[in-house]
Order: sequence, then C-alpha cells, then structure tokens
Amino acid sequence: MSALPWIHPERVALLEAALATRILILDGGMGTMLQAHQLDETSFRGERFEHGHDGHAHDHAGSCDLKGNNDLLSLTKPEIIRGVHDAYLEAGADLIETNTFNSTRISQADYKLQHLAQELNREGARLARAACDAMTAKTPDKPRFVIGVLGPTSRTASLSPDVNDPGFRNVTFQELVENYTESANGLIEGGADVLMVETIFDTLNAKAALFALSELFHQRGARMPVMISGTITDRSGRTLSGQTAEAFYYSVRHARPLSVGFNCALGAEDLRPHLQTLASVAESYVSTHPNAGLPNAFGEYDETPEEMARVIGSFAREGLLNLVGGCCGTTPAHIKAIAEVVRDCAPRAPLSLATEAA
Amino acid sequence: MTRHTRLSGLEPLVITPDLLFINVGERTNVTGSAQFKKLIKEERYDEAVEVARQQVANGAQVIDINMDEGLIDSEAAMTRFVNLISSEPDIARVPFMIDSSKWTVIEAGLRCLQGKGIVNSISMKEGEAPFLEQARKVQQYGAAAVVMAFDEQGQADTIQRKVEICSRAYELLTKELDFLPEDIIFDPNIFAIATGIEEHNNYAVDFIEATRELKKRFPDCHISGGVSNVSFSFRGNNIVREAIHSVFLYHAIRAGMDMGIVNAGALTIMDDIDPPLRERVEDVVLNRREDATERLLEIADNYKGKRGAAEVETLEWREKDVRARLSHALVHGIDQYVTEDTEEARQMSTRPLDVIEGPLMDGMNVVGDLFGAGKMFLPQVVKSARVMKKAVAYLLPYIEAEKLRTGDTGKNNGKIVMATVKGDVHDIGKNIVAVVLRCNNFEVIDLGVMVPAQKILETAIAEKADMIGLSGLITPSLEEMANVAKEMQRQNFHVPLLIGGATTSRAHTALKIEPHYKAGTVWVKDASRAVGVAQSLVSKDLVGDFLAKVRVEYADVRERHRNRGPGKKLVSLEKARAQRFSCDWAAYEPPQPKKPGITVFDDYDLSVIRRYIDWTPFFQAWELAGHYPAILTDEVVGAQATELFRDAQAMMDKIIGEKWLTARAVVGLWPAANIMDDVEIYTDASRTTVLATLHSLRQQADKPPERPNLCLADYIAPKEFNKPDWIGGFAVTAGLGIEEHLNRFLADYDDYSSIILKALADRLAEAFAEHMHERMRKEFWGFVPDEALDNDALIAEKYRGIRPAPGYPACPEHTEKKTLFALLDATKNAGIELTEGFSMYPAAAVSGWYYSHPDSQYFVVGRLSKEQIEDYAYRKGWTLAEAERWLASNLDYEPE
Repeated sequence: MSALPWIHPERVALLEAALATRILILDGGMGTMLQAHQLDETSFRGERFEHGHDGHAHDHAGSCDLKGNNDLLSLTKPEIIRGVHDAYLEAGADLIETNTFNSTRISQADYKLQHLAQELNREGARLARAACDAMTAKTPDKPRFVIGVLGPTSRTASLSPDVNDPGFRNVTFQELVENYTESANGLIEGGADVLMVETIFDTLNAKAALFALSELFHQRGARMPVMISGTITDRSGRTLSGQTAEAFYYSVRHARPLSVGFNCALGAEDLRPHLQTLASVAESYVSTHPNAGLPNAFGEYDETPEEMARVIGSFAREGLLNLVGGCCGTTPAHIKAIAEVVRDCAPRAPLSLATEAA
Repeated sequence: MTRHTRLSGLEPLVITPDLLFINVGERTNVTGSAQFKKLIKEERYDEAVEVARQQVANGAQVIDINMDEGLIDSEAAMTRFVNLISSEPDIARVPFMIDSSKWTVIEAGLRCLQGKGIVNSISMKEGEAPFLEQARKVQQYGAAAVVMAFDEQGQADTIQRKVEICSRAYELLTKELDFLPEDIIFDPNIFAIATGIEEHNNYAVDFIEATRELKKRFPDCHISGGVSNVSFSFRGNNIVREAIHSVFLYHAIRAGMDMGIVNAGALTIMDDIDPPLRERVEDVVLNRREDATERLLEIADNYKGKRGAAEVETLEWREKDVRARLSHALVHGIDQYVTEDTEEARQMSTRPLDVIEGPLMDGMNVVGDLFGAGKMFLPQVVKSARVMKKAVAYLLPYIEAEKLRTGDTGKNNGKIVMATVKGDVHDIGKNIVAVVLRCNNFEVIDLGVMVPAQKILETAIAEKADMIGLSGLITPSLEEMANVAKEMQRQNFHVPLLIGGATTSRAHTALKIEPHYKAGTVWVKDASRAVGVAQSLVSKDLVGDFLAKVRVEYADVRERHRNRGPGKKLVSLEKARAQRFSCDWAAYEPPQPKKPGITVFDDYDLSVIRRYIDWTPFFQAWELAGHYPAILTDEVVGAQATELFRDAQAMMDKIIGEKWLTARAVVGLWPAANIMDDVEIYTDASRTTVLATLHSLRQQADKPPERPNLCLADYIAPKEFNKPDWIGGFAVTAGLGIEEHLNRFLADYDDYSSIILKALADRLAEAFAEHMHERMRKEFWGFVPDEALDNDALIAEKYRGIRPAPGYPACPEHTEKKTLFALLDATKNAGIELTEGFSMYPAAAVSGWYYSHPDSQYFVVGRLSKEQIEDYAYRKGWTLAEAERWLASNLDYEPE
C-alpha cells in the first residue's frame, strides 16, 4: 500500500469510530440562516471593505456590490457565521461545513475579491473549528468535526457556455486545479478535519478538485479524508454534465473517498433512487444532504422538518445512509428532526473495498 | 464487491465476464484511418465527430482517440476533439480511450474527461521511474491504463518476454502504487505475420499464448491489442485482412483476450469466411505449417480481384443520395451500411418514422414489385427483409422516444396475428410468409408454434389485429384450424382468417373451415400470394368484392364436391379386404435380421448424412420450382437457385465443421405377424407374448381385380402361415442444438439464415432416414447386403422394402407414432419428443416403419367409409368421434 499517513491521524480515528457505530449528522443550509439577518451592503462590507476592495485597485468602472457574497461574512461578520454553526451544533450536528462554498479564486472574481480566496478558506475553517471545539469541550464523548467545503465554482469544465461552439470551454482543468489547490491549502491551514468536494454539477470540475487534492497530499506527504457529493440537477436523474449516478461514482471512485453522496437541487424523496444506486455500488460511506423539497413559486423551500425527517428516516431504515444533513432551505429545526429520526437506525455497512477483498 | 473494471462515460461500463469482449472503436485514430487523419488535418471536426458517432452506433463500447501525426498539433487536436465529442450524448455515453505515444497528449485528453476512461498506453520503455510516475498520474486523473509489453530493451516479441515484462509491470503497479488490478489492461503487442520473414511466423501464436498465461496469472486484468497490426502485410486486400482479424480474434479471445481495438463496423464473423481461405488463414495465424504464408499468398489475389470488382460497384452506389442507397441496399440485400444510411436518413427526417414510411418503404416497394413480377425470388426477398429489419431495429429506440413525446404510432398496412396451431411444430412456411408480409409493411405478431386457439384469439383482441393467419403441416392441424374457426365464430370475431401450410388446400378450407366462420376465411397457397390476399383484406375498397368472390368460389368447391357422382363410390370394407394384397405366403421365406432388437446412435457423423440429401425439396421450401440439379441452371430461377445453394452449402459446412447440430437415431426390429388389418409385434422370437399391436387402414377405392386394395399390414406374413416375419421401426433427428443458432440469427434479424438452417436441418433428418434405411437393408436386417444404389436411385425409391411414416398417406393416422415411440423408447434413445398433436420435436425428425417384403410399395390410403372408421375405432379402443377426429382428412362422409 502506498497510502500516505493522515494529517490528523487522531481526528480520523475518532471520525472512523463514530461512523462505524452510527449515522452521523451534517449541518444544514447557511443561506437560509443568513437571510434571517436581513444584512445590507454595509453589513457585508464591514469596516474592512467600507471603501472598496480591500485596498486593491478597482480596475473596472462603477462600483460593485458585495451583498450576497456570503463567504465574505467570515471576515466581516464572523459572529453571525459562528452563530449559525453554534445553532446547528445545538441541533445535533456532528459535522459542520465551513462557510466557503464560493471561496475559490474563480467565484470570488465575480466580486473582484479573487485575492481573498486562501484567506476566506482559512478563516472559514477557523470559525467552524472554534465552534466545534467549544461544543466538543462540553460533551467530550461526542467529538465534532469540521468539513472544509470546496464548492463547484461558477464555471463548468465539460460544458460549453457557447451554444454555437460545443468545443469551447471558459475554464480549463489546470485553472481549476490551481483554484482548488489554493482553497484546500486554506482549509487545511484553518483546521479542517475533512475536505468535501460538493454540489458537483460537472464531474470534470470535481475531478480537477480531486486531482488537486491528491497532488497536494502527495506534496505534503500526508492526506486528509475526502468526501464527495454530487448533484442530480433534475428529475432526468443525471448530473448537469449528463452522467447517471453510477457513472458519476465510477468517475470519482479513484480518489478513494471517505464518503460519496448527493446534495442540493432535489428534495430527499427525489434523491431516493440515486442514493439506492450509490448504496449498491459504493465501497465508501454514503452521504446525503438534500434541499428542503423543491423551491416553490417564490423560490423558497417549504418542506417542513417533519416531512423531511420522515423521508430521511425511511432512507435510514432502508440502510442507505452513513451521513445525513440538509442543504438549501434547511434549518436547525430540520437537522434536529433528522437527528432524532435516524438516532436509532444502524448505519449502512460499506461494501468491502476491492483492495481489501483481494 | 466483485473486482470488475468500472469505467464510465455518461453511462457506466462495468466489464463483467459475460461481456466476453470489449470492442474499442479504432476509426477515430489518425494513425489507423487515413480518412480520419484527413478530416483532422483539414480541421473538419464536424465530420470527425460523425466518425465517432458511427463507431458507437456500430457497437463500439469504448472509442480509441489518437492524434499522433507529425503535422498536427496533437495536444490541441486531442483537447478540441474530446471536448467536442463530450458534448454529444450519444457518443459521450461510452468511455474514451486516450491513445498517444506522447504523455503530454495523453494528459491533454485526460484533462477533458469527466468519466473514467482508459490511457493507451504506458510502459517501462524509459525505465521504472517514469513508468510509475505516469501510472500515478493515471490514478490521479481517474483512468484505467493499457500497459504495453515494452521495457528498456524494447518491445516484447516472444511469449517469454511478453509474460515477463507484463508480470514485472503488474508487481510495480500493485506493490508500489496500489493500482487496482482490474484497471490494468495488458497489451502484449500484436505484430504483423506472414511478412515473408521466418521470425515473424509465430507472432500471432506468441500473442495468443502470452495472453493465455497472463490471464492465468492475473485474472482480474484485461488483455487488449491493436488487431489490425496482425494483417499488415496484406494491406490493400481487405477480404484477406478481415479474415485474418476474425481468425486471430477467434483464437485470442479463447485464450483470454477480452478487449481489442477493432473496426466495430467491419468485424467479419469467422463463419462468413470462405472455407478454403479460412483454412489457409488459420494455418498462418496458428503457424501450422512451414509453407502457410506461401499458400495464403497463392489464393490471396483471388479475393483481392473479387473485392476489387465488387468495390467498383460498391463505390458507385455509395455515391448516390441516401434514399437511393437505402433502396439499393434493400433490393440487393446488403446490410453492411444500413445502420449509417438509416442514421443519415433519420437526421434528414423530422420524425424517425418518416424514414420507414419514406425511403425504407419505397425500397421495399421496389422489392415487392420485383417479387410480384417474378423478377426476384424468395431467398432474395428474405435477404432484403434482413436489411429492413436491421434498419427498423436501429430506428426503434428513436421511434419509441417519439411515441412517448407525441403519442404518434405511425401507420402500417395492417396487423396480422400468425401462429402454427396447437400440436404442430412446423414453421418454416409461416416464417417465410411473416417475412414477406413484414416486407410489405404489415405488422406481424408471430406467436410461434404449438399455439392454443385461445392464445391466438386473445392476442388478436389485445393487439386489435386486422386478420389472423393459421399455419400447420401435419394433418391433425387441419382439424385444429377448423376448431379455431369455430371458436372465432363463437366469440363473435369479425376479422378475416387466413389458412396456410403444406397439408392445407382450397378444398379442405372450403369444405371444413370456411363454413364454420362467417366473417371470411381465405386459403393462401404460398408466400407469394400472401401479400395480395392480405392487401385485399385490409383495403376498404377491395375487401368486400374480394371476400364475396372467395365465398362464391368456395361454395362452388363444395357444390362440386357434393356432386362428385357415383363413379367415386367406395367399396365395402369386406370387399376391400377380400381384394387384399397377397403372395405365395407358403413359399415365402421372410428375411431374418442380423441384428434384432434396438440399436441406438447417439451422435451420428453429419458429413456422412450430408451425402444422402435430396435437395429438390430444399428449393421447394423457398418456392423455387424445379428439380435439383437441373434447377441450378434453370432459365428462370437458375441464378437465384445457385446463389441459395451456395449459401446453403456454406452453412452446411459450418453446421458440420462447428457441430451446430447433433444427429441421433434409434432403430429396432421385432418379430411380427399379420392379422387382418393389424400387425402383432412379439416380445421375442418365441412369438408367444404380444408386445404391441399396430393398426393399419385399407384402401376402399373401387379397383380392378388385378390391383389390390392396399393395406400396410398385408406386407407382413399372415399369422396362419406361421412364418417368422419381422417389422422394423425408426426415429431419427438432425435438429438437436438448433435453438442456439436460431436465437443467434433472431438476435441479428437474420431470417434468411434462420430459414436456411431450418430447411437444412429438415433435409439432414430426411437424409438421415434414408441412410438409416440403407443400413437397415444392408446390415441390421441385411436382406440386401450388397445393395449398390447411388443417391439418385435412393431418392427414386429403387430399393427393396419401404419405410412409411405415420401421418403420411399410407398410414395417415398420427397416434400410431405413440406405439412406435414406445417400442423404440425414442424420446430417451434419440431425444425426440411427441407433442399432444403427435408432431415431433425437434421438428427436424423422421420416424416410421420398415417393411421388407419385395413387393411392398408406397401408396395412398385415400378416403375411408364410416364402416372402416367404426372398425378402426373398435380396434383402437376409441369412440367413433375420436376416430373421426384423427382421420378427419380421410373421411368419405360428413361426421355427425
């Protein structure tokens, strides 16, 4: 075996031990929680960005709103982000996702803040680390873990944005590798326990992230567990880039992930067949963090905690789950209901790894 | 979780053993395809993408992409092309193989691949360190890898080097890197053979044997190779090249090769190779003789010449527009390009159905017209149908998708439910009719053989059929057809009923079937009439007049039948028996068998049986009239008959060479004596215990005194003369194992081959019966040990004795087969089963009795009086009604 040692072997051992005994709880949506604060442009900017973009040259005409750049709040309103983490930990989450979904150079470039990518990741991880450590201190028998989130970026490597030229791409594999390397370094530095490549619309983006991680681990001579979560974008049952659930898994399986799963886009019920597929082929643990149903006419998610928990409960009883939480539209109330419904269900037993079977 | 290679494009490809062989499409490779190279060089990427699409459409499960060419910016071309085909869901659904000898080009390809593909290739040619570094990158990109048998010393050419290098690579990959064994695909190097250099002669064998050893050592790994290399020395001679490829693959796959870079559209089946060519190619591939190369070269040019001529023709019609190409393919029965042409037509049409209703039906109409005008014959029509079926099969998924979208189901001429009736297994004729009807755009729902009436009727209702067609060969089927007609009337059906099959007739249909069913019953003489009848029946304009005409015609047949006059009156059973066949029994010495009792033959040599074939009925099955061999030079059908005969001979070679069919037989000889119209069979030569009694029927025609009223029983010495006479019995089949091959043809939409195979199996069964009869006369019974008749004399029945079969004219009552089968234990001894209608299964089977009397002859029992039927029923222990049912075709009266 050429497997590298873990960066935090003791944390991984705790996580593996927990996964072996129960279904672990992920946190829920960040956006929904932030909306409740009704933050305006000034709040987003805070003191640091009051007059512009952190002292960097403003190289385009006119001003540029920072409102909506939720990841920036890790720097400008850290107490609000910490509050969200605390709320989910109180609700029963075992793992907290960092507020870094858009903290890649490519995504921050939309706000002219690409230079902040590494800092956003590092600070995002630190906030989650602090929240988890504080909660673990209260109940040391139940360790909490930080998931460093690597989002999909705002571009797709295997789809052309130009309908007249299907061969065109507005991002390359190498650019994505550089982006993810930078972000992942920030997350590791900030104290993440696990890295999660999530909300994967385009498997090629994810493969670039996985390539970046493997190369980074290779350089460091040590690795970190990797979680992978794809997104089935609609009821066609495929990713945005056209893959079926099974094809998706085979495309990312080489990373030997800790877990693989699906999140976002659909509510829990619509994810059921795809989770079943994954559960039948995956040697890793299986995760899911669905939306609170499909958006209604106002773009809001209105599946109640009880409704969502009922479906998740049936997944758990069916033996499909190792990790479960929520995505868009979910709140601490959802997580609390989910945690309760799966508490007494046995976790799915992963299929024995092919390497172990040999 | 089982250790299978798990690849993906947009869809997964799990390489399980039942996939047997993974076709990697080779046409998107600039080093292998001059055409593709040209397209890339000229940056005609749209057309290049179509090459990829064709590969997948032709069955490539992975496509190989190679841009290694000095004048091309290979990295840029790889990136552009992979990005382009990644945007085409019907191409991107399969995994891609990124093929280059330059690592940077491979990496460029991998960076565009969202699925799990294959790298082709990495090797140790520059040492272990670079090999492991590239392999690690392959892992990071998430791909499987072809590992070439290449090390610091060069490419491996011997078995030993191939195995040694691959084994070393395996150790490094799995021990140093944790590379999954199932993601390792060895390429032990396929080199050109028959180059004239002696050291090259064993290259194919080296590959095959290395494959065998590697598969044994590393069962989770795969073995692949670039197949076209092997035939490199025959460039320009595609027939020979393709023959070499298919022979090579045949042996390599058996040794464990489970992946190969091939032209997915042009893989010849080993069976399709001309036998002399195949033998010499096998000599070369397997390095079986020193002069193998010379011998192949000797004949290679013959094929080159042939192909050259064909190619000129090919090119000409390939230049035409797609509509003309489809028409040409249909008329000439060429299925080679039909998928791509159909795809092209589909892309030009608004709906996939338009392709069928437009160009394909136009083409089939030409076929139909030529057939109707007697300018095309059945074998050609069936070949055309094969092309049509392939085109339709290709379109079907698109049509289904369209149907889901629009609810449009398209139109056809009409729908017919067809079946061979309960108790009967014969379907060659029915299948031909089905093909011909389908060619004419009828939807045929073929329920197969031995179909109960209720199933036929239920299907007709469920499918809203426009008509029902019944077929049968054996005489009890006639009765069953009448039953179906009665049932249709009872259930208030209104669709026309079509009757066909060898024993059916206009008279029988008019007399026994049509009166039972009011909505219209039509007898169809043969396949060539089927279309006209069916078209008349579905046409609103024609159907009224047509059925009225048929009704008048049948009424007329019945009228004439009733008024046959007293001249045809039968004599009484008593008088007929008085005028029985006799001889000087007191002086007659029955021949004593050399080998009494049962003799079983488990697996008879088909090549012996083949010599006894009577070919004339084979041509009849295809509705080609004339006697063999004169038919081959017949002015009208000669060309067709010759072509059909050639195809049949080629298939017969395969049937025998590859043992498609197994022939089994059982024969028996028992002591026997005649009592009136019956024959008693005894357990042994003491003739004390009766083993069975055979019942025969007697002619009742009014004959002059010198011509006896024949009855088979008369050919056995009467009991009162106390002569030790014998009777024989036999059951033979040549149809065991046929299903597998019929299914194969079915899957390939190949009715032509399917019908040839069935007809050949029938011929073999008949020939087997002929051959067994000869051995009976010469050896087992041995009454003419030195008989010397050639096959023509045998066919002309110039031998002593007869072998009448129950169900045929001399003994038309089928249930006697039960006695015969019991005596022979034929199901156990020859693998032949009897259906409830006393049809034999496999259908290619013959059974009957042997009579040795020198004056015995074949005859027709003909019509029977109620008196004889009552007598027969009494002897069989039946009710009169039962006897009337089993002898329905022979009754001279209307049963109550």
